[in-house]
Amino acid sequence: MKKVYGSAAEALDGLLFDGMTIAAGGFGLCGIPELLIDAMVESGVKDLTIASNNCGVDGFGLGKLLDTKQIKKMMSSYVGENAEFMRQYLSGELELEFNPQGTLAERMRAAGAGIPGFYTKTGVGTVVAEGKETKVFGGEEYVLEEGIFADLSIVKAWKADTSGNCVFRKTARNFNPPAAMCGKVCVMEVEEIVQPGELDPDHIHLPGIFVHRIIKGEHEKRIEQRTTRKREDV
Amino acid sequence: MPGEIKGWDRNQMAARAAEELEDGMYVNLGIGIPTLVANYVGDKEITLQSENGMLGMGPFPYEGEEDPDLINAGKQTITELPKTSYFDSSMSFAMIRGGKIAAAILGAMEVAENGDLANWMIPGKLVKGMGGAMDLVAGVGRVIVVMDHTNKHGDSKLLKECTLPLTGKGVVDRIITNLGVLDVVEGGLKIVETAEGVTEDELRAATEATIVN
Repeated sequence: MKKVYGSAAEALDGLLFDGMTIAAGGFGLCGIPELLIDAMVESGVKDLTIASNNCGVDGFGLGKLLDTKQIKKMMSSYVGENAEFMRQYLSGELELEFNPQGTLAERMRAAGAGIPGFYTKTGVGTVVAEGKETKVFGGEEYVLEEGIFADLSIVKAWKADTSGNCVFRKTARNFNPPAAMCGKVCVMEVEEIVQPGELDPDHIHLPGIFVHRIIKGEHEKRIEQRTTRKREDV
Repeated sequence: MPGEIKGWDRNQMAARAAEELEDGMYVNLGIGIPTLVANYVGDKEITLQSENGMLGMGPFPYEGEEDPDLINAGKQTITELPKTSYFDSSMSFAMIRGGKIAAAILGAMEVAENGDLANWMIPGKLVKGMGGAMDLVAGVGRVIVVMDHTNKHGDSKLLKECTLPLTGKGVVDRIITNLGVLDVVEGGLKIVETAEGVTEDELRAATEATIVN
């Protein structure tokens, strides 16, 4: 079966429907599936529930899907960088479910690993645990969190071979592997597609079994906080 | 007037917090004053974890060498070190929740005498989210809070009970403020030391939480 598609729109063909749940990789603007997000904007699909650590910034990343009001609900850990997000949230147009960052990642990983729920000590005694089942293990209280089973995963990797084996680059890995795992279908965009055998099998970060469709493209890779230091004069 | 007591400045608080770190520790530093702690570790071999998926965080890059694929949890561009490793977010929080990270140094809005911590949300104000703070305080070996002792009205931020929504319950081990160092112990807070120029009486007077001897 051929996994490589010619464009983001082709790769998403037949996969999108209103009201669907999508897991997206990325942390801030680092390692986000820019091209697939653009194609989703073009598609007009709406009432989306999106599980993603953040929601982009105004006019970039998932922020683009906010501008077009295609998102119904976000499941995130931090959303502070986006004025339009706050406007829609405060006016009641957008639902928001805060998840501790590690809980969000594990909810994706767990679903992808066939585990519908798990106990964690994160959030015990806080609003996060309200209304959730708790259980004591070894004298300590834990809260039950559920896996996120998404209809679609949209992720970004650095390089993939044509069978979907892939590697990520530096901290652009972040949520991409767990997000890739938890969707019924995973579409991945990469900077380079290589032939099977060109990636060392021992160095694969995510095996191709989790990746169903692949596209290659140019990425803007916008930097959110450019911080530098001065060169010391020697 | 409590406002008149000065004690340590931001850098002195960071330097004092750095004394908490021991050679060989894996540590997660929060945003703000905790980030400055890295400047004061001296010869100690400390490995910094960034919860977006990196162990062995290096300094900011030189101008022109920024890499959009290499950022810290505050989304700032950073660099790697020879010992650096990268991993995904679920692996990152496996090491946090799993107790492999020796210590986290974090900021706070309020700390209660039982170790409750509030640092993510003020009801009615803009809520940005807890990020990884709830996982960190629940999971790491030791939680050290660095914060101002009082707010701008001079009211204590070390309280009998937190008024803000919690980040974690009974999670704080040690508090470093501009006025001194306190430990969370049975029955309240215990003064470990006072900042230069601050008396124990002044520290007590500026603290709402119960101080135990």
